[in-house]
Amino acid sequence: MNSDLALGQAPKQQAGKASLSANFAKFREMGLLVFIILLCVGVQLRNPSFLTWENINDIATNTAILAILAVGMMLVIITRGIDLSIGATLALSGMTAALAVKEMPDLHPLLALLLGTAVGLVCGMVIGLLVARIGILPIIATLGMMNVFRGLTYEASGGKWVSAHQMPNSFKGIASGSLLGINNLIVIAVLIYIAAYYFVNHTRTGRRIYAVGSNPESAEISGIKSKRILWLVYSVMGGLAGLAGVLWVSKFASAQGDTASGYELNVIAACVLGGVSIAGGSGKISGIILGSVLLGILNNALPMVNVSPFWQNWIQGMIIVIAVIINALVKRGIDRNNLIRRKM
Amino acid sequence: MEPRVLHNDKPFTLKGFFLQWEWLLVLLFLAVIVLNVNLSDYFWDYDNLRDATMGFLDKAFIVLPMALIIIMADIDISVGSIVALSSVIMADLYKHGVPMWLAMIICLLVGTACGAINGLLIVKFKELSAVIVTLSTMIIYRGIAYILLEDQSVGKFPAWFKYLGWGYVGGIPFILIAFIVCALLFGVLLHKTKFGRRVYAIGNNPTSSRYSGVRVDLIKVIVFTLAGFMAAVTALFLTSRMGSTRPNIASGYELDVIAMAVLGGISTAGGKGRMLGAVLAVFLIGYLRYGLGLVNVSAQSLLIIIGLLLIVAVMVPKLKLKLKLKR
Repeated sequence: MNSDLALGQAPKQQAGKASLSANFAKFREMGLLVFIILLCVGVQLRNPSFLTWENINDIATNTAILAILAVGMMLVIITRGIDLSIGATLALSGMTAALAVKEMPDLHPLLALLLGTAVGLVCGMVIGLLVARIGILPIIATLGMMNVFRGLTYEASGGKWVSAHQMPNSFKGIASGSLLGINNLIVIAVLIYIAAYYFVNHTRTGRRIYAVGSNPESAEISGIKSKRILWLVYSVMGGLAGLAGVLWVSKFASAQGDTASGYELNVIAACVLGGVSIAGGSGKISGIILGSVLLGILNNALPMVNVSPFWQNWIQGMIIVIAVIINALVKRGIDRNNLIRRKM
Repeated sequence: MEPRVLHNDKPFTLKGFFLQWEWLLVLLFLAVIVLNVNLSDYFWDYDNLRDATMGFLDKAFIVLPMALIIIMADIDISVGSIVALSSVIMADLYKHGVPMWLAMIICLLVGTACGAINGLLIVKFKELSAVIVTLSTMIIYRGIAYILLEDQSVGKFPAWFKYLGWGYVGGIPFILIAFIVCALLFGVLLHKTKFGRRVYAIGNNPTSSRYSGVRVDLIKVIVFTLAGFMAAVTALFLTSRMGSTRPNIASGYELDVIAMAVLGGISTAGGKGRMLGAVLAVFLIGYLRYGLGLVNVSAQSLLIIIGLLLIVAVMVPKLKLKLKLKR
């Protein structure tokens, strides 16, 4: 502090040099965008049917569910947590909704949507309780509950599938219908992103999530009820997973015991690619949009350029590793710059 | 200079001795046995028990290093994938004419290398946390297994290979003997060596351990490498028992292994827990599964039970602490 005042002029001179890697952090989203564009151009050259309106629409619909889940996961990761249970939560709520419409074909699709979201919300609240109130590590709590939810899904369905012919058209219409020519899934995802953008940037609770993540102790000292924030974050994640579950089941017109198993990894990957820091405290809505879109395009493009499906796991894993390592290196650069600036 | 970070100076009392987590486990273990004997007439049968023990011991080998990892307040969720990858590479080499003994050695080397990569990544990129590193290597290792074998399975190993998982030495299963030897080695490593004391020190306070001259990074790499090696040992026994291998074997093992370690009293906050507890938990969960399986509890319900057991096991000490603090 003192030295800063004494050498008031120095930081300005240093600024030009110091901001190089800080700028990189600002431009990382730009970089991601450029990478996405290059990827698209490359795939388009190999397979001209890639950038057709139909296929783009397909990518967007496929990405919608991933993107919805990424919002919740971003909030969880910002608070230094992780949620491995969302694949199971998604399956459980999707199965509940599917069983409900199977028994009551007249059920309004909106009610089915609400039912699934409620189931997911309850799942999330249980995890939030375990993490926030009892203080279990997020990875242990979600690993345990993942098994419980997955088991409950099997129990609920008796190990059977709910398949397309058992679902009324109104239910399947949730995912196949459209509003003003845009697929419902995309509409829902966009609405959620607008709400989430407002929530994390312009509400007090939203800002507190970042505060809890970047420094739990000082957040607590400055009067933030961090336990409530944690509970909220996991509940939101559960609710979104529940919603995504209904959309998933409606889209694929089948609910199975192993629906979306392992999908949590994709969601975490989308967040990490989008620059959400695993150390907590940072992450932007624009970042996770790009992260989800990149994964969505990869999932769509790899089969189109004849990459064997057996390679996809590996490619996805490598992309995550490279993304987190680049994130870490960039962060180191920024920290070093901040340190230099402080020394001046 | 040996830093005396951890030394139990508490006087020995009978009450303290019996209030240990391990006694709770012994009680639970007896409860499981009594429950099982009452539920099914087939439980208390020597042959059945012996075969059941052979059935659940394969993953028990990973519990031993996992205990060390959790004591260091880290976690490794890639172990299931390491099992799959080393097993698949062994089988693939054998299929292409490599002698079985060489393939087995390579299997162990692959597992060790996978573990070492985990350890190095965690140490070099401290800001990433073990969760995210092993999460991504989990995808990568299994991804490689899928690239190698796609959706095929490989079997038809030489007859003697079967002995590993199914053989007996003087009426006692070979796998049980191997496990007890490994458990003893790990017990000595954790409780009787400088290395083990340092592992506790790292779990208690990594920063002060570093300042007191503990080579934290080196120890972490060694422990994660050990986990990779033991995962490969599991791969040998599991492949031998199954008689064939596929890229999707051992999926979900990480959960079982972590559940066993945590139930064994290894605290996820680091720095606490003993090898004996982890070993007891292996048998506790194993016989619980076997007994419930005998009375036709479905695999799905077992999933729920194991999940809840994990949650309860981490919850109990926390609640105890809270009650104490309130008083």
